[in-house]
Amino acid sequence: MKQFLAFVRKEFYHVLRDRRTLLILFGMPIAQILIFGFALTNEVKDSEILVVDYAKDNASQELLTKIGSSRYFNIRQAAFTHKEILGTFQKGKIKAVVVFPANFNGDLLHHNKAQIQIITDASDVNTANMITNYLSSIVMDYQNQINQNLEIPYRITPEVRMLYNPQLKGAHGFVPGVMALVLLLVSVMMTAISIVREKETGTMEILLVSPFKPVLVIFAKAFPYLALSLVNVVAILLLSVFVLDLPVKGSVALLFAESTLFIITCLALGIFISIKTDTQQIAMLISLMGMLLPTMMFSGFLFPIENMPVPLQIISNIVPSKWFYIIVKSIMIKGLGIASLWKETLILLGMTVFLLLVSLKSFKIRLQ
Amino acid sequence: MEAVVVKNLVKTYGKEKTVAVDDVSFSVSRGELFGLIGPDGAGKTSIFRMLTTLLLPDGGSASVDGHDIVKDFRQIRSSVGYMPGKFSLYQDLTIEENLHFFATVFGTTIEENYHLIKDIYVQIEPFKNRRAGKLSGGMKQKLALCCALIHKPTTLFLDEPTTGVDPVSRKEFWEMLARLKEQNITILVSTPYMDEASLCDRIALIQGGKILSIDTPQNIINAYPDRLLAIKANEMYRLLKVLEGHPDILNSYAFGEYAHATFRDADTHALQAYLREHGLTDVEVKDAEVTIEDSFIKLLH
Repeated sequence: MKQFLAFVRKEFYHVLRDRRTLLILFGMPIAQILIFGFALTNEVKDSEILVVDYAKDNASQELLTKIGSSRYFNIRQAAFTHKEILGTFQKGKIKAVVVFPANFNGDLLHHNKAQIQIITDASDVNTANMITNYLSSIVMDYQNQINQNLEIPYRITPEVRMLYNPQLKGAHGFVPGVMALVLLLVSVMMTAISIVREKETGTMEILLVSPFKPVLVIFAKAFPYLALSLVNVVAILLLSVFVLDLPVKGSVALLFAESTLFIITCLALGIFISIKTDTQQIAMLISLMGMLLPTMMFSGFLFPIENMPVPLQIISNIVPSKWFYIIVKSIMIKGLGIASLWKETLILLGMTVFLLLVSLKSFKIRLQ
Repeated sequence: MEAVVVKNLVKTYGKEKTVAVDDVSFSVSRGELFGLIGPDGAGKTSIFRMLTTLLLPDGGSASVDGHDIVKDFRQIRSSVGYMPGKFSLYQDLTIEENLHFFATVFGTTIEENYHLIKDIYVQIEPFKNRRAGKLSGGMKQKLALCCALIHKPTTLFLDEPTTGVDPVSRKEFWEMLARLKEQNITILVSTPYMDEASLCDRIALIQGGKILSIDTPQNIINAYPDRLLAIKANEMYRLLKVLEGHPDILNSYAFGEYAHATFRDADTHALQAYLREHGLTDVEVKDAEVTIEDSFIKLLH
């Protein structure tokens, strides 16, 4: 035990004395959370909207006020003619144009039916979709408002509720994603590199020729990174609660337990990589290419897995971050408990046990 | 009692089965300072790694303190001290931290065995808070030796401990080894420096994975079969050329400012005349004192 502690202390010296490692360890998670939370958002906030109002009557004005008062749109009135619209899109600032035909109010009152035109810039598909959705729901809202006192039979109004994230905040998806990403990187890459470094500098040679059990070398190496990764979890959660306004709905204790499990999965992966490689560069390359890319692609954090072709969907199952992402999302945003997450937890647990067994089995107690 | 027994040890590398250690046998008594002397690539490191259980032999057997290097590797690992050829301590840890770490890993404390390393440690103690990576070559070696000694090993394996170390530190290092011998620690040391061979109790000359000769340095020197001449002239390069052309020459090579040579019939006067005939001036011919290097070269031919 004393040996183990001495080893862990040595490991902390290594980390704390290397500025670059420290920067990666603690700078990266904070930077990623802030970048994903603020800069890389797919929300439609304050989108510039151009209005071409041929009607200029009561109804069009009312509807316009409604659109303008939502925080999604900034209205720019313009007396443009239809033809000039294309030019304004090309300048790129305008996200959408709303056109009211002449006699809008009249049509509405006399024909019980009026039309407006929404033109969006679909070079960015997601934004275009979102803007049309928002605009349609505002129009819908207005329609309900003026129909309040009228009795029209046979009408079905879908009432949409966005559960768990009623404001459709982007941070909801990113925090669990970044958490999976950061923990994966820190745990896999750092552990792999730090074990391979002992091989590369020859210290492993001395450690092997000592009564210290090789297996303990591995655990002593992994332990500090478990601790540091947990510190990262705390940092990410604090940032998400206090800076991004995203509280943890479910049990914080459960979230920590699941994070610990995922970190151990990653450490096991890192150990496995370190056993199979001999230089720090290769270890880093494999960690980055082999871990980062699949995580970005297959965790469901950037691209929905349901939309992928079936073979890719199957591949996504072996990516540990996918399961962790589901778990974190469920706990943080939906507030679910272990009862609904036992399957994902079990999968992670299975992966961990498998990786650890394979690593221990292939660990070389000699050189070569 | 024999501390280390090596029998017909063989080590090959790679698919081509390149032979690094070829049927090597020797034994080392307890408390002996045994040297493996040979150039780079002779197989010294491979032998050391097999004896420290880091490599498995491809043939033959060996034991350290009576423990088999394959079966009983755990016992060997906890009882021997090993200092690899490459400086292998933690560069970002200070002298003191390194020593403390290795003491703890071996289940002991610095205080417990301080008497063993005291002579060496006092020399680097003033820098104990300096990181190992910032030490000079000589100081690094002293620290590495301290770390290898801190658990009071029965046998110490030092793989080229003086390579890349300045002459003064080298001399100090060997003095330290002589003192360690008094503690009844068996020491196996490898070195490419022939001049260090005479500081060992017994040496094995090794080349191409094969042992050429095992004996005390003095016996190896005494066993030199020929009369060895040291020859000097105004031009070394031409001197060597001329010597090679001598009808009775056995062997000749540069040795410092002299050329060392052996002949089938060593008549110094005739030789001097022969050299002058070939246009060399300032010719000096005398009997040379045989060194290990001369013996090694002789054994190679």
